[in-house]
Amino acid sequence: MFKITKKENLAPNIYLMDVEAPRIAKYALPGQFLIVRVDEEGERIPLTICDYDSEKGLVQIVFQVIGGDTYRMSSLEVGDSFADMVGPLGKPSDLTEMPLEELKKMKICFIAGGVGTAPVYCQLKWLKNQGVEVDCIQGARTKDIIILEKEMSEVSNLHICTDDGSYGIHGNVCVALQKLWDEGKRFDRVIAIGPMIMMKFVCQLTKQLGVETIVSMNPIMVDGTGMCGACRLMVGGKVKFACVDGPEFDGHQVDFAQAMQRMKLYATEEGRLYLRAKEGDTHHGGCGNCGN
Amino acid sequence: MDMMKKVPVREQDPKVRATNFDEVCLGYNKEEAEAEAQRCLNCKNPRCVQGCPVNIDIPGFITKLKESDVKGAYDVIGRSSSLPAICGRVCPQETQCEGKCVRGIKGEPVSIGKLERYVADTARAMGVKPQGVEKTNGHKVAVIGSGPAGLTCAGDLAKMGYEVTIFEALHKAGGVLVYGIPEFRLPKDAVVEKEIENVKSLGVKIETDCVVGKSATIDDLMKNEGYEAVFIGSGAGLPKFMGIPGEQAMGVFSANEYLTRSNLMKAFSDQSRTPIMRAKKAVIVGGGNVAMDAARTALRLGAETHIVYRRSEEELPARREEVHHAKEEGIIFNLLTNPVEIHADENGWVKGITCIRMELGEPDASGRRRPVEIPGSEFYIECDAVIMSLGTSPNPLISSTTAGLEANRRGCIVADEEKGQTSKEGVFAGGDAVTGAATVILAMGAGKAAAKGIDEYLSAK
Repeated sequence: MFKITKKENLAPNIYLMDVEAPRIAKYALPGQFLIVRVDEEGERIPLTICDYDSEKGLVQIVFQVIGGDTYRMSSLEVGDSFADMVGPLGKPSDLTEMPLEELKKMKICFIAGGVGTAPVYCQLKWLKNQGVEVDCIQGARTKDIIILEKEMSEVSNLHICTDDGSYGIHGNVCVALQKLWDEGKRFDRVIAIGPMIMMKFVCQLTKQLGVETIVSMNPIMVDGTGMCGACRLMVGGKVKFACVDGPEFDGHQVDFAQAMQRMKLYATEEGRLYLRAKEGDTHHGGCGNCGN
Repeated sequence: MDMMKKVPVREQDPKVRATNFDEVCLGYNKEEAEAEAQRCLNCKNPRCVQGCPVNIDIPGFITKLKESDVKGAYDVIGRSSSLPAICGRVCPQETQCEGKCVRGIKGEPVSIGKLERYVADTARAMGVKPQGVEKTNGHKVAVIGSGPAGLTCAGDLAKMGYEVTIFEALHKAGGVLVYGIPEFRLPKDAVVEKEIENVKSLGVKIETDCVVGKSATIDDLMKNEGYEAVFIGSGAGLPKFMGIPGEQAMGVFSANEYLTRSNLMKAFSDQSRTPIMRAKKAVIVGGGNVAMDAARTALRLGAETHIVYRRSEEELPARREEVHHAKEEGIIFNLLTNPVEIHADENGWVKGITCIRMELGEPDASGRRRPVEIPGSEFYIECDAVIMSLGTSPNPLISSTTAGLEANRRGCIVADEEKGQTSKEGVFAGGDAVTGAATVILAMGAGKAAAKGIDEYLSAK
């Protein structure tokens, strides 16, 4: 079970994998996530589902190497298996529950940042299959780390932007959204998926523009079924669990400052484990993480 | 030997065990167990059996022990319980079997729990396996959750000849026995895993990584996967928080998170890659068994550990043995105290907690005297971690995805006590999913009752 059937290196440190997980593939919908464990000593890592094929029983994940376990995941090859994969977890995007007529009338703009591009693709593809046309802004620091460009452009009106201007619109996703707005584009809803800092700034802008905004939160989790409360965040002044109440929330209600602070809880430990996995005994400090 | 007193059980020295995760209680050896067995009066009308939620023939197994027949004793227990090594360790015997023991009127009751543990551990060491059936009856039953309720229900059904599959949401079977109760109280590899192996040896299959309600639905299992009946033993999972200021600070955990990291993910060990906070000074809020487990875990990870509980010692819901062990290990009890606010430093990390002193007023709905704040009695405890252990409520995952399954106001699944029948045909439930957070043995009792209910239902079909 959980055998890898496809592996691609999309950009430096970003990998795509297709994995055999028939139960997840059968029920998955856009917006949901899964939890993966690389081996018997591994952490439970939540990842948003990027694609699924219920007939073949496959799910697709895209991840970035940030800690010891994501590094171990990246060293698995086609034919290898994960120890565990469970899902689909969380609530699907509310778009999947809307009447199709209403959905077709809606003007939606997705905003994808970094590895957040992959879960956006899942939603775009689903909408395309329903016959719904949407805009999508895809942002990256620089040209070399833009992922899935071809796939994204097949399922949306794609607007690419880079911070350094090496490709597409020069500037971050907020600059790009403002540009579209200034050109006369209007949206009923913005859906932003990416780093928390990006989602925060998108929400600040859309608040000014008066556009409803949905974000997909990816806080620290353990079980992913509502049992531990590690993923709790404040939404509209109330405690919500990202794993069962989310992961998608009204971005204008999310307390980003607190959510971003909580992400630091185990940050140094993750860095330490990454270096331990990668460099083993040869690491002698200087990384800023290990304390040496 | 003083027949009025229990044969004392050997334990790790408190000073030593406060720094390790090895089991606290070492259990009886052969001589001690047989000496203790002699204290049983073999009553004609054994009140201990009535006190046991699964009605183990207690004088029956102790009689076998008197004859040094451990295998015989194991078979007697096995007729009623699939998990004796676990019950012998975590049951609240003082309020159940031992609470009813006639010996207890004038002296100390027979140490039934420790004897049960001795039988289970010795039988396991001898390689004794429980008796399964030769041939299954071809009827398939699905059990949701591999905690004490699910394992018991599955074990009993397998013994009746059913083909049983347990669906477990986590990556490891055992439920609360694995994620909740710590290693030093219930060893995972040596005890829990072996008991689960025993249930499997009866023919029970376990599918991990399957969240029923998400990875499959009950209707799906019954319509498409051929299960004729379903038992829901999904436990009580959602942790409660107090709703006081500062609860989102870094260093505030639910007991569930803290214990899951340490127990299921083994974060206490250097081998595990799951992180856990090793606090300098930890405050645990609550007074139940889970609070004691969280406190004793924090202590072993190096913290000076305080329990903050709003009522007095008498009302502590934890087992007396757990409170006693916690005190021996150096945990400080701040009773009649309630948190008001958690304070964080400029980086968002917990730096202290303001509490208020309480006094007991008139009895409340639970019959216990209600704690009332003493105005102006606030005080500050410096700490870097706060662990909330305020109980849990049932997870709505199953009730919200199963049409026709009735849940009550508190989110608990409605099931009749005698047979576990729910409002949906063919679907039975028991344990914390029905009662809200309770004990391992009550969940086992419910699993047992439901196994009988399912057998009657399928036999009549």
